[in-house]
Parts: sequence; structure tokens; C-alpha cells
Amino acid sequence: MTSDRPTMIEFRDVHKYYGDYHALRGINGTIRAGEFFSLLGPSGCGKTTLLRTIAGFEDISSGAVLIDGKSMANVPANVRPTNMVFQSYAIFPHMSVAENVGFGLRKDPRSKPEKARAVEEALEMVGLKGFGVRAAHALSGGQRQRVALARALILKPKVLLLDEPLSALDKKMRERMQIELIKLQRQVGITFILVTHDQEEALVMSDRIAVMFDGEIMQLDDPETLYRRPNSKMVADFIGTMNFIPATVLSEAGDKVEVEAKGLGRVALDISAAPPAKGESPVVGLRPETLTLLYDDQKAPERETEGLVDEVIYFGDMTYYDVYLGGTDVEVRLSMRNVPGRPVLDVGAKVRVAWSPSALVLFR
Amino acid sequence: MNKATGLRTYAVIYLVFLYAPIILLPMFAFNNSKVIAFPLSGFTVEWFGQMWDDAQLFRSLQNSMIVSVTTAILATALGVFAARATTRYRFPAKAGIMGLIMLPLVLPEMIVAMSLLVVLLAIGVPLSIFTIILGHVLITTPFAVAILSSAFQSLDRSLEEASYDLGETALSTFRLIVLPLVMPGIISSLLICFTISLDEFIIAYFLGGSETPLSAYIYGQFRFPARVPAMLALGTILVAVSIILLAIAEYFRRRGIAKTGGKDSGGFL
Repeated sequence: MTSDRPTMIEFRDVHKYYGDYHALRGINGTIRAGEFFSLLGPSGCGKTTLLRTIAGFEDISSGAVLIDGKSMANVPANVRPTNMVFQSYAIFPHMSVAENVGFGLRKDPRSKPEKARAVEEALEMVGLKGFGVRAAHALSGGQRQRVALARALILKPKVLLLDEPLSALDKKMRERMQIELIKLQRQVGITFILVTHDQEEALVMSDRIAVMFDGEIMQLDDPETLYRRPNSKMVADFIGTMNFIPATVLSEAGDKVEVEAKGLGRVALDISAAPPAKGESPVVGLRPETLTLLYDDQKAPERETEGLVDEVIYFGDMTYYDVYLGGTDVEVRLSMRNVPGRPVLDVGAKVRVAWSPSALVLFR
Repeated sequence: MNKATGLRTYAVIYLVFLYAPIILLPMFAFNNSKVIAFPLSGFTVEWFGQMWDDAQLFRSLQNSMIVSVTTAILATALGVFAARATTRYRFPAKAGIMGLIMLPLVLPEMIVAMSLLVVLLAIGVPLSIFTIILGHVLITTPFAVAILSSAFQSLDRSLEEASYDLGETALSTFRLIVLPLVMPGIISSLLICFTISLDEFIIAYFLGGSETPLSAYIYGQFRFPARVPAMLALGTILVAVSIILLAIAEYFRRRGIAKTGGKDSGGFL
């Protein structure tokens, strides 16, 4: 766990305007030392702008950004203890791989052979041993990314900033680099801050994630809390798949909220599963994997509801079913693992759906 | 006659019209006759010798070199500033300012030459090769800006940010990253400005005073029929030098592209 670590970056009511456009609307929060932190959100939500305020490429309109306790006001990008891996990698095309990686060492007092060794070590760390003499422009996408990583890490920054570093790679390569980045971060122990619009990538890689919409952080939590207990419909919808079922709040007493969910019936929820009201029409959220289709003779451990299969989406290892609940027009998506002995059902099949009240989240 | 043959004939006529006079230049430069007419009467290098002994020609050649080299360097330097400003920064009345910088491109040189002459005489600046340079910088800067803008445009901004991020200052970033990457554009700009300045006549003639650069000198010599073959010899040498310069520029351009792994989007050749 990283919760006992000291603070590395602190945002204090950070605002950023581009002319009339309010790009960052009061960002608060802290990023801890040694943490793998992600800024997640749709394009235009301000996540890249926020990252660039840490790097020093964007001035903030008001508020403060602190790195390791020091205010970064009036500290230019070239002296900040941060280094960045750019979305385009920004590999200098007129230099060799070694010249790229060693670029930041130009003012380093070490001798030439020592610097060359540092470059070789950095290349080895990212799995590019012996690539130093190659021309930078002759590298593949994955290799360029590794060069960008080595170039940023050779200066041993306090914070490494990654601006959508995997978005240009194909799916297989992306998944491989995700794991490599996690390992690399553990190895060097530097605070990594990743900007991504890919919620899966953020969940896989991060210790904690800040979900941003419209220049604000909507929720800042560890991946599991974010996935299981999103604090708003927007976050729930952005991360993974969430079924939303119309509901009515019947009563609220103590630590329980009783609701009537269409197709599911009456449910008493823990107050912890009901984020503070935002004045929206109430819905309950339910993840597809928390719903289970029962075998004929199987009994639900908690609650069950009748259903009618409307659509079958076969994925090989999984099958997704769209099911109408309890004779209503409420349709939910649920996912079943295709284990041996479980038949893939047809459209129109009558099913029984098991669910658990503890998996429900109320949004209102 | 089908359509393809028609177009082919047109293309051939076009090319002949374009290049035949230039081919005639060396032909008559080596022709053993003072009269420029067919049939050719024999081979000689006499005109080249006559040209070589002409002290006035060397004087004007020297003037031209000073004017064209200085013009090329000044216009390209100004072009770098303007191109940088127009591709990187936003400032009030940008379109208007850039428009005014580019205007001499379409302004008749006659107007530029006359108005400069009037102003220079009014404020009492003596005419010399420096006043020619002034005029030439004015008319070549738009070409430099046009060429360099496209070079700066294709420069990924994050390359500069990466350099700052790795500890370099704005100045060292310009030297280490920007300059090497726009170098092909700078070389193109130098060559084009040099060429425009070298064969420019009106401004050179108006603002030169007693100092005649090559173009004005050649024009003057054409009044004497006996001097024409020597001028053709000079023209032949200029054509040869142009071809060599162009070839060198193309070599550096292609090497630059190969080195940075870019796509060849067409050059001079």
C-alpha cells in the first residue's frame, strides 16, 4: 500500500483559463511519493492540461502546484524535478538513440565514459541494450517509446509524467508495455503520473486514479473503489460497463436506504453504497459480472429475478447476455464465463437471474 | 491526332521554348564568330579569355557577390524570425503583419526601386552596393519567410518541450534542436535569396549609383556588339554555377531527409 507515503505533489485550488475557456476548475488533491497515479477522463476534460502544469509547460491562472513541498510558481520547466514522456515520444530525429537518451546529461559534470555507461544502463533498463548507435528515426513505435522512457528516467526525476504514452501502440504491444511500465515503476520507485483516456489501462496500472470531467476531479480513489463504488453516474458510466436501473427512494433511516428498483423489487442498501444526492432521478447501478444466470435446479444465494434473453453476444471465453428483468422493459447486460458444461443460451430463453443487494450502487 | 499526342506535343514545345535559349548560350560562347547567327563557324575559347582579362567585369562580379551573399544571409535571418513568430506565437494583428511582410512578393520591383530611390535621395544616403542590399533584402525576405515557414511548420512542438524538460534553455534548445531540424529550409532560403539577388536588375540599376553589379554590367555591355560573345561566355559560366549550386542544395536536402527519416515531399530537382 502507498497510503503511508509522504506527499509528492499537491494541487491547491488550481484554475486555468484559456481566454474565456475555463480548462481547470479548482483542482485539489495530492499525489504520494512512489505512487503510480493516473489522470483519467474523456478528451477535453483537462487531464493533459493538468499534467502540463506539473511539468511547467502551462502556467496556472490561480492556485498552487507544489512538488515535494515546494511551490512551482516561477519555476520554469527546465529546472523542475520532473521529466516527461510525450504522446508523440518527441524523439529527436537527427540524433542517435544514445544521443537522445544522453541528451539530459549535457550539463552533467560526470566524465564522458561515465555518461556513456549511464546511457547504456538506462537503455538496458528499458530493454534496448546495444541499441545506442542506431538512428532514432529507424525505430519501431514500441522502441521509440522505450527510448523516450530511458531519456526521461536517466535524470532520476522525482516525478515521471506520461502523456498517453501507449495510445500509439497496437493492442498487444500496449498490453505488454502496461505490465512493463508497472514493473519499471516498482524497480525505480519514482512517482509516475499517467494521463490516459483508456479506463482499462488506468485500472490495470494505477495505485490511485483521479477521474476528471470538464476540468474537475470527480473522484479520486484506488481502482477497486472506483470500480465498485463510483461516486456518480458519470464515473460509473465511464469506468467499465454499468447497468442503470430506474428506482424510487422509499425511505432513508440510519445506515440503510430502501429503494424500489424496477424489475428487481424492494432492496435495502447500505448508506455507503449511496453517494450523496446530486438531484438526479434515482437509478441503481449494477455491474454485468455481479449478475449470474442460474442453472435450472440452482438456488440463488441471495436474491433472484425472472428474465428474458433479448440478445446474445459470444466472446469465446465469455458470453454477454442482454436480459429483460422481471417482465419489465428494463434491460441489463450480464456476463457469464463459458465454463465447461454451461450451454450458451439462445435469444428468447427464459432465465432466472441471481443478484446481490451489496453489489448495487444508488445514484440520485 | 488523339488527345495524348496533342498534350505530348504541347509539352515538348513548352520545354523547347524554355530551354533552347539556354542551350544556345554555350553554343555561341564557344563559336568562333562575333556574329550571333547560324551556321556555327568554329570552336574557340577566345571569349572566355577576353572575359578573363576584363577588370571591370571582375569588379562587378565582386560587387554582385557581396550584394547577393549579404542579401541571402540577412533575408534568411529575418525570415527565421518571422517564420518562428508566425508558426509559434499568437499576437495581435498577426495576419495583417504577415501580409505586409509578404507583400513585396507581388509588389512591382519598379515601384520598390523608385520609392526607395526617392526616400534615399531625400534623406541624403549615398547610393552604393549597400543601398542595393537594402532593396534586395526587402524583396527577398518574403521568399525566405515562405520557405522557412513551411520548415518551421513541420517541426513537432513537443521536440522543443522535450528539450526544455531535459534541462535546456530556450536558446540552447534553438541551437540543439530547432536549428538542425530546419537546416534544409535555411539552406534552401539562402540559395533562393542568393539567386534572386544575383539576377535582379531594376533595383540594382536604380540604387547602385556608380557601383554596378553583374546584372547591370551585362546589360550595359550588350550595347557593344563586339562584347556580346564574351557576355555569352559569362552567361555559360553562370548557368554552370547555378546547376552546381542547385545540385549541392538538393544533395543536402535529401541527406537531411534521410537522416531524420522524413518523407520526401519534393525539392528543387
